[in-house]
Amino acid sequence: MANRHYTISEGKEISISEFFEKNRHILGFDSPQKALYMIVKEALDNSLDACEEHQILPEIKVTVRKMEQEEFEVTVEDNGPGIDRKEVPRVFGQLLYGSRFHSFKQSRGQQGIGITAAVLYGQITTGKEAFIRTRKKGEEVAYDFKLSINIKENRANIIEEKPVIWEIPHGTIITVRAKGKYQVGKQSIFEYLKETATVNPNMSLRFEDPDGKIFQFKRVVERPSEPARAIKPYPLGLEPGEIISMAHESSASTISGFLSGDFSRISRNSAEEICNFAGINPEKKPSEITLNEVKSIKASLDKIKILPPSADCLSPLGEEFIRKGLRNIYDELHPAFYSKPVMRPVTTYNGNPFSVEVGLVYGGDLPNDEPVRVVRYANKVPLLYQPGACATTKALSEIDWRSYGLDQRNGTGLPFGPMILFIHVFGIRVPYTSESKEAIAPVNEIAEEIKAALKSAARSVKGFLNKREKRKKISEKFRLVSTIIPEISEKSSMITGLDPIPIEPVLSKVANVVFINESFEPSEVGILVKLVVHNYTSLPRSFEIIADPPIGDIVGEKGEFTVKDLMPAANVTFTFKVAVEAGRYPGTDYYFKGIDPVYVNGAEPLPADWNIAKTDVEEVTEDVK
Amino acid sequence: MSNENPDTGKKLIDLARSVYDYLKSGEVPEFVMPSRNRENIVLDPMYSVWRYGDSKVTRSAKYVDGAEYILKSLYMIEFILEMIKGSKTSTLREMYYISEGWKNGKFGTQDESDIMAEDLEVITSLMREDFRLRPEENGASVIGNLTIEEKNRKGEFKRINCKDDVGEGGYNIPYNVDQEKLKVVSSDADFVLAIETGGMFDRLVENGFDERFRSILVHLKGQPARSTRRLLKRLNEEQHLPIYVFTDGDPWSFRIFASVAYGAIKTAHISQHLAVPTAQFIGITASDIMNYDLPTDVLTDKDQQALQAELKDPRFMNDFWKSEIEAMLKMNKKAEQQALAKYGLDFVTDKYLPDKLSGPNDLGE
Repeated sequence: MANRHYTISEGKEISISEFFEKNRHILGFDSPQKALYMIVKEALDNSLDACEEHQILPEIKVTVRKMEQEEFEVTVEDNGPGIDRKEVPRVFGQLLYGSRFHSFKQSRGQQGIGITAAVLYGQITTGKEAFIRTRKKGEEVAYDFKLSINIKENRANIIEEKPVIWEIPHGTIITVRAKGKYQVGKQSIFEYLKETATVNPNMSLRFEDPDGKIFQFKRVVERPSEPARAIKPYPLGLEPGEIISMAHESSASTISGFLSGDFSRISRNSAEEICNFAGINPEKKPSEITLNEVKSIKASLDKIKILPPSADCLSPLGEEFIRKGLRNIYDELHPAFYSKPVMRPVTTYNGNPFSVEVGLVYGGDLPNDEPVRVVRYANKVPLLYQPGACATTKALSEIDWRSYGLDQRNGTGLPFGPMILFIHVFGIRVPYTSESKEAIAPVNEIAEEIKAALKSAARSVKGFLNKREKRKKISEKFRLVSTIIPEISEKSSMITGLDPIPIEPVLSKVANVVFINESFEPSEVGILVKLVVHNYTSLPRSFEIIADPPIGDIVGEKGEFTVKDLMPAANVTFTFKVAVEAGRYPGTDYYFKGIDPVYVNGAEPLPADWNIAKTDVEEVTEDVK
Repeated sequence: MSNENPDTGKKLIDLARSVYDYLKSGEVPEFVMPSRNRENIVLDPMYSVWRYGDSKVTRSAKYVDGAEYILKSLYMIEFILEMIKGSKTSTLREMYYISEGWKNGKFGTQDESDIMAEDLEVITSLMREDFRLRPEENGASVIGNLTIEEKNRKGEFKRINCKDDVGEGGYNIPYNVDQEKLKVVSSDADFVLAIETGGMFDRLVENGFDERFRSILVHLKGQPARSTRRLLKRLNEEQHLPIYVFTDGDPWSFRIFASVAYGAIKTAHISQHLAVPTAQFIGITASDIMNYDLPTDVLTDKDQQALQAELKDPRFMNDFWKSEIEAMLKMNKKAEQQALAKYGLDFVTDKYLPDKLSGPNDLGE
């Protein structure tokens, strides 16, 4: 693990802390509204990274208290692995100390600046020190610290350090006092926590706001998320300067050994080949490499075939996390549809591996006539600011959403409708538009991948909308023959005083189909489904119906029903139960065989690849017990 | 007070019977009737009014919309038959609320039920009064030397002079102004002036215009109710009084004039009872706005669309309207009749109206 001191070698000496004091906006502390949010964000991102790395199910408490005037106290407590007491001064009191500063790996925090910047911001605005309590896994006691930052020297001042008894076996608390403004809305701590809870469904989070109101986000996945693996740097994504400093630190004795040993995807053979191309002696010491040599190495890398970086260096959220996370947070809006999460393959921009995941929520209580809501994430961190500058927005607005059945003024820009688009871009070195990491730079390769993922989600919502439209038409037609025309007949004989007449010939003229019509109600075990089959044709009909609920299973039955010699104008009712929560039942899909499709309304012909389709369906249903 | 067409009940039952007969013969019921839109009105040379042409629409029970339509009309027929039996009447609004209980025949909006009542008129060639349905608002007011007899609730005719027997509000036109309900006894006037807005009506009353110019003033209250138009028609036919229409200068006022003179699109099936083809327009025109330099408002998008639509409306296809509409579009301005007050409260009665009434006919007729 690299542990580097930041030294300023020439010119006017200014410590990084001093620099930050004067340029706090660079790290996102540019307004009182944003400051409190930044403190929570930096602390929480660290907690979640640490929990993920140590395979711990995160248990987080966030408290924001109003003190005096514009002063607030922000506390974030986690059950992470804890920090070695010797590391505490550097982790919290020294800018650019970061365990990951030099690692080639996907993580939430990246530069080792964030939490120290939060401590520093608090100190600058209130003059008060930060409080830290941490207990490392396996230690007998926790340690409490009061700590400030020596700005001139960019190091921590430990004001107090003492061992304490703490009932929590491992974890960390940080409390920072800072000036700020607490706000609600789109760019708020609450929104940040909510969106963080969405992508961390294995986290339990308790939040207490300045009014003392408590919000609890519950854990719905009982397994830690897959940590990203550090890989050796992928050569195509590096700047010449980075290669030079790697060469200086390398333990290899030759350049060819350095190339094959310190980078991923370079074999011994290709290392030789690179040196040949670049005209460098492969036996030369890596520390003696020159800038020009590095440049020729970079040039020859383009000519030699190097495998793309391996996908397992990235840590996607994965289908289960996205599906359950979205349900956990957005089910209160009673959405009518969640798309199957879209996962794109790993690709690269400038040699940096990245990928995109997209989820989509549609309908329910979401407003119809407003632009869709977009929730953006980079490396599992919600992005609340600067949506306009973000690659996600660029991708979104370049899609013609109208061709997917959505409303979009002029065919560009944000679509309108009851929809939430969930977009997660993750990779080693996701490019941001600024140091404060608020928006993903609209790099072409990334925007194209986001677009591809969004289009695929849009196709699924289109499928849903078509299906819903079709169902509506079928039920309208059913209402026509089952109630409206009988009512017309009844009224006309009532007014004229003439005898009622059989209307079956008219009904078969209007419909001439067998209607398969579902109604359902909640029961003690899931949903009680009533399937009524009406024969509105002029001949007796026999066929099979196969019921296939998209979520939940049919209780105790195979879901296959036989209609035998159903006479014209007659009907038959089947009932069955589906194990699914009441509010979530989307209606069962029905298939039929043994009858000409032109005579059936309300079901689809059984597909030829039924068994294959069936396994796909089972995979989707796995989240419902 | 049963004064409806005695065939009403039979005609309505016959319509229900046609539905019954379709069903009995195993056919899908349908209604066929003239399409009631701007594209389907033609000039009836006999009455010189605009009426529905030959284009038809079919409402078939094959489709949900058509079936609901037929069902709604059956419910309405049943409701009207009940009213006839019980000697009751109902407002259109009351019927709309009553339709709440009509299962699949329930109306979504009152507009829908009002249109259905008109459709029934078109299909059966009967009048709304025959159906015992009346509009929410009564007709507007009349002031002038006109004597009528109106049947009161006791069934007695009561004589009223619209100058001496009424207050400042004038005589209130009832919803039914047919012969059996209202008799025009006599008038001592040279013409009828129909006025769009209440403000201008009151101005002319206060200025004593009716006496000074031997006229009968009728307040149209915006787009005039059927009874108001019917009364104008009767004054024109029975008392041989010319009708002048005095409105604002905007597209909507042009439509008010058109419905008085040529017949409204919605009621084109009864234009011959309502329209006065000889009525003359003396409202504010684009030329007046320029000549009198009147205070104006800029046309809204809706105003402009309405004017464009009027250019395509067969009722406005003559040189006068074409040039006035185009001039208004070009100047992009409209003006209210009360804008004449720019030149003082008496300007309208001393100058504007006398000039318009004595000047050459705007329509060039």
